[in-house]
Amino acid sequence: MTDSSENAVYLYGVTRGLDLAALGGSPGVAGAAVRDVVAGDLTALVSTVRLDEYGEDALRANLEDLGWIEATARAHHAVVDRAARLAPTAPVRIATVYHDDERVAQVLHEGRERFGAALDRITGRSEWGVKAYAHPEDERPEEEAMTPAAGTGVGTAYLRRRQEQRRRQNEAGRRLTERAQAIDAELRVHAVAVRRHPPQDPKLSGHPGTPILNMAYLLDDARVPEFQALVREIGERSPGIEIEATGPWPPYSFIETDGG
Amino acid sequence: MAGEQPSANLADLLERILDKGIVIVGDIRVNLLDIELLTIKLRLLVASVDRAKEMGIDWWEHDPSLSSRASRGEVSDGQDSSREALEEENRRLRERLAAIEEHPHDGDTPADGAAGDGKRTTSARSASTRKRKNSD
Repeated sequence: MTDSSENAVYLYGVTRGLDLAALGGSPGVAGAAVRDVVAGDLTALVSTVRLDEYGEDALRANLEDLGWIEATARAHHAVVDRAARLAPTAPVRIATVYHDDERVAQVLHEGRERFGAALDRITGRSEWGVKAYAHPEDERPEEEAMTPAAGTGVGTAYLRRRQEQRRRQNEAGRRLTERAQAIDAELRVHAVAVRRHPPQDPKLSGHPGTPILNMAYLLDDARVPEFQALVREIGERSPGIEIEATGPWPPYSFIETDGG
Repeated sequence: MAGEQPSANLADLLERILDKGIVIVGDIRVNLLDIELLTIKLRLLVASVDRAKEMGIDWWEHDPSLSSRASRGEVSDGQDSSREALEEENRRLRERLAAIEEHPHDGDTPADGAAGDGKRTTSARSASTRKRKNSD
């Protein structure tokens, strides 16, 4: 009653059968405690946040601040990640904010079929990311194979060389595409569902290689070990290609994003 | 607590958290697509898409969710960074070419596999210099 008009409720995700105590009491966004709002068999994970940080105008400004985004994204992820390891958890998009707990309970109740279906789909499963990078220097075959034809002009030779360079580059691209598709084909056999992410910019990923693959695979928990072994094995038999798997992720990429 | 990823790669995290997950309408309305951060993110993604496209790796283009995003990014600001990448690549190619022509016997370029050609490349280059002078 005191300052409830200055507060709002931040929603992390919807889960089923989670014991809140098992979350361990670590704070969520803006250092706020994580609470639950229960409706039927669904549990919403929430925090009380201040409107001067999470109100409409504040959010608009904050979402342009990469530092704020990173801190919020990490806090959001930490909560969802802990929950997803304990019970099926459907993450909600970042910065989904309600007026109060009653509204959250209402949203749970109204969307119970949709949440239930989403949770059914991910129960006993987890998301794994696989990225592959090519190191072009390892990829270059016998260069300068063509000899400047005797008697042709130097300009022609130069142009021909450039042309050859371009041709080789296209060819390398085609080969890399084939290898990326072959890697994906091997991996997706083990997955229940597959999503493709755009390749990451090296400025963001900090990785020096050329990104050729960035996938998310939804795996039955039982198949995780063989999947990981396969990723390792592919890496070992793929010279010039670096492949890395990350996970388990909460199933961010396998929650339907339309119909809101 | 064991097995957690205390610091997931920011790129991995953002690509999942920003526009994935269940979309339900909150009481606080923020249209994420209008927000500049997404533009920044798109610009970063588009830059890499362009770079990869230069190499002919563009099969994800056929994924509707990605290509709509890519085209939206291009309308905004993606061109600067893709031009940058192109210029950078040109610069590297020029340097590489110069290195091959200048030092055909150095061990640091793959071109040196053809050591017998080195001489010809060198003389071709000096011929090129001469010719350019004459024609100017």
